Formats: sequence, structure tokens, C-alpha cells
Amino acid sequence: MKNRKRLMENAIHGIFLILGLITVGCVLLITIYLVISGIPAIRKIGVLKFLFGKKWASTAAQPQYGILPFILTSIYGTAGAIVIGVPVGFLAAVYLSKIAPPKVKTVIETAVSLLAGIPSVVYGLVGMMVLVPGIRTLFHIPDGASLFAAIIVLAIMILPSIIKVSLTALEAVPKEYEDASLALGATPVETYFRVSVPAAKSGIAAAVVLGVGRAIGEAMAIMMVAGNAPNMPGMFQSVRFLTTAVASEMSYAADGSLQKQALFSIALVLFLFIMLINAVLNFFLKHSKE
Amino acid sequence: MKKFVTLIAIVSLMLTAMTGCGKTVSGSVSTDGSTSMEKVIGALGEAFEGNNSGVTFTYNPTGSGSGVTAVAEGRCDIGLSSRNLKDEEKAQGLTETILALDGIAVIVNTDNPVNDLDLETIGRIYRGEITNWKEIGGNDLEIVLIGREAGSGTRDGFESITDTEDVCKYRQELTSTGDVITTVAGNPAAIGYASLASVKETVKALSVSGIMPTEETVKDGSYVVQRPFVLVTRSNTELSEAAQKFFDYITSSEANEIISSAGAVPVN
Amino acid sequence: MQKQSISTKRKAYITVMRVLMGISVSVTCALVLFLIGYVLWKGLPNVSWELLTTKPSYLSNRIGILPDILNTVYIVLATLVLVLPLGVGAAIYLTEYAKNKKLVEMIEYTAETLSGIPSIIYGLVGMLFFCQFFGMKTSLLAGAFTLVIMNLPTVMRTTQESLKTVPQSYREGAFGLGAGKWRVIYTVVLPGCIEGVITGCILSVGRILGESAALLFTAGFAHALNGIFEGLGSAGATLTVALYVYAKENGEFGIAFAIAAILMILTMFINLSAALVGRYFQRRRIV
Repeated sequence: MKNRKRLMENAIHGIFLILGLITVGCVLLITIYLVISGIPAIRKIGVLKFLFGKKWASTAAQPQYGILPFILTSIYGTAGAIVIGVPVGFLAAVYLSKIAPPKVKTVIETAVSLLAGIPSVVYGLVGMMVLVPGIRTLFHIPDGASLFAAIIVLAIMILPSIIKVSLTALEAVPKEYEDASLALGATPVETYFRVSVPAAKSGIAAAVVLGVGRAIGEAMAIMMVAGNAPNMPGMFQSVRFLTTAVASEMSYAADGSLQKQALFSIALVLFLFIMLINAVLNFFLKHSKE
Repeated sequence: MKKFVTLIAIVSLMLTAMTGCGKTVSGSVSTDGSTSMEKVIGALGEAFEGNNSGVTFTYNPTGSGSGVTAVAEGRCDIGLSSRNLKDEEKAQGLTETILALDGIAVIVNTDNPVNDLDLETIGRIYRGEITNWKEIGGNDLEIVLIGREAGSGTRDGFESITDTEDVCKYRQELTSTGDVITTVAGNPAAIGYASLASVKETVKALSVSGIMPTEETVKDGSYVVQRPFVLVTRSNTELSEAAQKFFDYITSSEANEIISSAGAVPVN
Repeated sequence: MQKQSISTKRKAYITVMRVLMGISVSVTCALVLFLIGYVLWKGLPNVSWELLTTKPSYLSNRIGILPDILNTVYIVLATLVLVLPLGVGAAIYLTEYAKNKKLVEMIEYTAETLSGIPSIIYGLVGMLFFCQFFGMKTSLLAGAFTLVIMNLPTVMRTTQESLKTVPQSYREGAFGLGAGKWRVIYTVVLPGCIEGVITGCILSVGRILGESAALLFTAGFAHALNGIFEGLGSAGATLTVALYVYAKENGEFGIAFAIAAILMILTMFINLSAALVGRYFQRRRIV
């Protein structure tokens, strides 16, 4: 009886162990597949030519595979989204956590949660129907589908996550800090920005990391507003990001062709980029904690 | 708890088994490819399903290049391409069968006063040599060039006929005929090309050298900007029973009425 | 307490910050109102009974989204059936069984990494691995498997957090009574973590509903009307993919907005459910 019980215990232990290892397996799977698929093209094209080549013409008679335009576009797009989204989100979070009356806070929080859950294609749709024509008329350019449109859409998309995470971080600041500051003569607003915010620094940094991750990985919404031509990035130029470069040509690239392999390489570059950014930002986070 | 786990296991196994079953079910036809052919193949598929209950027809609108790839890789029964197969593609073991002819309409926004352009002017516009509408009798607006993605059959046809291969300076490269129509409809300075079968009243189709694109002018060849709708199959693999039946149906004269009402010109 | 007078410099700083905060909050609120309002305004008029219950027909020139609705339901079910056992199981292992700290850290780190990877990369790997290597072709099932990997971290995390709220004394009490480890989990811990599992479930459903990039290459965009098993084995568009195709490739904006309105209402519904679940369990905990 005891042996049977022990056998079952061990079996269950084994099952759960396997389930746990499957998670690790998944990440390994993704990394391995990307590396295997992505390396051949980089080898054939040459690392420097691939990463720093300025022209992408995958189906021309003399194909060229430089992805610098995509890399720069992704960087500028994400940077632009962060520059707009983080201050707005962060300031809104400060207001919500410290100044807003509770009822207002709950209403706005629910609204923000709703915004966070909206599928990216819906953002893309509204962007396509409202933002793109709007940019065209406002700035008197021939076509509104541009990097600028993508930046606005991305900024709006990362806003909810930034607000939510900053909120949590700000609420975790011990009340004693704020009370002490008020007792020393600071006004509430000064306290919030000179005391609470620095105390919540790591949480806010985490919000930025989250925002960067989401912005650099977005594909669908951007496909609908950014124009999709493989140009070097310009604010009002039609551009292609790393993500949309993969998405737009993947369906018709012939299997085994250099074009398809190059697309996998772009995905690999994107993957490594994200790993790098996460590692760097986490490194800074750890250090600022100390 | 045990019962729950067993239930999950059984359901998962069943789900996986069902995919296996999905492969051998005789009543399915899968097509993949050209977005220009959507209305034609969609109508044909629906009529086929209506006459043969128990058969499911699917169509994946991914673009001509993608359709050729899909059938070559065995991911669908029949590939759809709105251009002839290239020699390398035929060498891969693919056969082409022409289903119909389709005109490529050169479209502009309904607010654009220009009504007619000749082939050479169109070529010069797309090569970037003419940049403002006022140079050809339109408004003072910078011309916005809209085109298709590199694997598109429509683009291939347009570029080879206007002699602008590899030199088009597109402002936007879109992935479907419908998208080009939408974009041109929304921008007064845009010009684009799209399958005649799909053109709606939201845009204006230009006449080329005086010839309006209609079924007659495409059929007798006077409207020169045209290309074939092609069915792509693997040369040495037999189609499944349902797929073969579908193939025979759409290439017979029975299907001609449906093809015409969808806007293309039947050839059989 | 003496009231000090505040220097003009400080007064200016305070005013500036107040104004900035005001602008940020107003912009945020305006955005939310505009998005929700615009989508509902443009979409709801197009939502008709006919739209919801028919499949698209070329011959009668009609668009219906029933196949897309069904495809979405199938894919949600298939994903949940797979991700719940995996995620809950892995979480149980991590909190209850794992002795090796390094292994636990590694698994947690990889789970965090998984959640940061863009969905388009999942779509790519899913296409390579499930559609080609495993031979599932373009199908809802391949899409479901891809979604399972994407949602694994969420389910794991919420279950883990729930497991951690079960007081250690409960477990020790059960052990003290002579129960084996599995028995303890089964009877004492699992009931306690139901909340986490349900929350993880709801969050996953929300994420699956909104997912499109991962499904483009794995599940395709066909609109055939199928039963559940047939449907899983064949290509099909979910609501989000259908929205993209109708908007971008067909120019059917009325339909696209209708789908957007439906998706938005579903999102609201999911958020509401998650909040209700949270409140229900909170009340139980206090009692």
C-alpha cells in the first residue's frame, strides 16, 4: 500500500516536472529554430552587408538585402513612441495615484484597462481611417501613411501598460516617505515628484521596458498605417519596420530561396534585439536598485 | 481530479487525431493565391459547393507569388496566380492552366479630372519622370504612386506591359488588389493598378490610349493592359477526387457564366 | 504650525507640474472616449443579425462573419484545453515540488522571456514548427498550439501567485496528518489556487481574442463554415484576422468596424468578468 502510494507520488512529481520543463523547452525551441533558419542567409549575404546595407530589394533582378532601413525605422519608431508615451503615461499615473478622488480614479482605471485589452488591429483600423487622412491634410503631404502615424499609434498602444505599471509602483511607495516630506514643509505636488517618484523609480523603469517591448514587437497595427515601402526612415516617409518586413514578404517568399531565408534572418535580428534591450534595461534596473 | 486529467488527455488526443482525419477526408478543395482572383474563384467555389454537398471549398487570399509557393509546398490543392508561371516555377514541377483573362485597370481617385493616359505616359509616371498631376492635365498635386507587393501577379503584369520592371518608385506597396482600390479611393492624388474584376465605383478606371477596359476590349485584346488568371497544379501529383472534380468544373464551359458575372473573361 | 510662504520658483514648478498632469490625464481620457466612441459609432450600425449568422457569399454578394466567430470560439477552446494543464502543472511543480533553486530560477526566467517575444516571431516559429515540421498545414490547430506557447507564461504566473497565497500552515497541517505530497496538493492547495487559474484563464482568453499576428501564418484566413473538429483541421480566420483582411484587402470598412465593435464589447465583457472573479474571491478570503 505504501509502495503504491509512493509510486503514485513519484509519478505525479514526474508529470509536473515534465510540464515545467516544457516551458523551458519552448524558449529553447524558439531560439534554436530562429537561429537555424536565420543564420544561412546572414552567412550568404555577409553580416556587415546585411546589417548595415542601406537597400532592400529582395525581388529585383539583382537582389540586395540590406536591412539597415528596417533596423533604424524600428529604433526611431520605438524611441518616438517612448518619448511621447512615457511622459504622458507617467504623469497621468501620478495624478491618478495621488491626486484623483477615488471615484474618478476607479472610472479612469477601468477605462485604461479597457484600452489595454483592445486588439491591435482595432488600433490599426482607427489609425488607418482617422489618423492617416488626418496627417495628410494637416501636414499637406501627399500621403499620410508614414513613420509619424506609426509613432502615434504605438504611443497610444503602450500608454495603458505604462500607466498601469507606474500606478502600481507609485502606490507601493510607503506613506511615511510622503508624510515626512510634507512635515518638512514641501507641498503635496513637490512631494510627489521629488520624493514618491524617485522611490518608485524601478517600477517606472519596468514600465518603460514593457513599453519598449510592446512597441518594438508590434506588427499588425503598423502594417495598416506605415505605408510599407523599404525606405530609410524619414518622419513623413512611408516606412517598413523589422516586424512588418517579415510579415509583408513572408507569404510569397519561395521556400528555400534566399529571400525567405533573409526574412528569417530579420526575425532573428529582431529577437536578438529584444533580448539585448531586455538584458541592458534589466542590468540598469538592478544597478539603480543598489 | 483524475477524471479531469483523463478527460483532458482524451480530448487532446482526439483533437490531434482529428487533424489526421482532416487530411484524408475526400470532400475538400483548398485553393491559395491571387487576390485579384478572389471574386471569380469565390463564386466558382460557392457554386461547386452548392452542387456537391459534403464538399468544402477554401480559398486563402495571399497573393500570386504566395499561391505558387503554397501549391509547390503541398499546402493547398490548387494554386491561383494572376500571371503566367515563370520558367523556374515550371521547372519546379508545376503546370499552369489558364482559366480566364483579366484586365488590369489603371485607377485614379474620382476627384481626379484626368480620364485617359497612353501607355508611355503611364510608364513615365511610374518611373518617376512625371511627378505632378498638372503636367498631364490634372490638378496641382504631387502624384502618389500606389502599387502591389513584389510577388503580385497584377504588379508583374502591369510592370511588364508598361516596361517599368524593377524601376517603379512606389509610395506604398500594398498586398492586395482591394487595398490598392481603397487607398486610391481615399487619396485625390493617387494612381494605382488593380484587377478589373474587382474595381468598384469608389475609383475611376482610366482609358488607355482611348480604350476603356471592358470585357469586350479585354477579350479582343484592344485593351492591352491585361493578364491571365492561371490555375497552378503540381505536374506529377494527382489531385484528390474532390479537387479534380472542381478543376474540371471550372475549366469547362459550364463555369463561363459565373466567370463573366464576376468580371473576368472566360477562355474555355 | 507656521505657514511658510513658498518662493515663486517653487510656485511656478508646482503650477507647471499640475498643468502637465492635467494635460496628460485629459489626453488619456479623450483618447479612451474617442476610440471606444468612434468604433462603436461606426461599427454598431453595421452589426445585423444577418451579419452574425451567415457565411460570406460571392454569388449573392453578401458578407457574414459566422465562420469567423466560430473559428474564434474553436481556437479559444483548443488553446485553453492545452494551456491550462500545462501552465497549472508547471506552476504547481515550481511552487510545490521543485527543490533545485537554480532550476526554478531558470524556468521562471525563461517564462518571463517568453512573454516578451513579439507575436510575429511566434507566428513565424509556429509556421515553421507546427505547420511544416509537424505537418499540421495551415490550420486552426497549428494556430492554437502557437497560442498555447504564447499564453503559457500568463497562466503559470497567475497560478503561481495564487498558490503562494495558500498559507504554509495548511500544508504543514495536512502533512502532519500523514498525507502524501500529491494528496496535500489535491485537497488543500488546489482549491486555494482556483482563483489564479480562473484569472489566468480569463486573461488568456482576452489575449487570444486580440491576437492576430501569430495567427496570420499559422491559421490562415479562410471563411469556411465548419464543425469543431473539421474546423480545427482546416485554415480559418478568427475575428481579428478577418477584421484585418476586410479592412486592408477588401476595403469593406463597414464590416471591419462592425467586427471591431464586437471585439470591443467582448473585451469589455472579459474585463468585467475578471473584475467580478477578483471581487468574488476577495470576499471569500475575508470571510
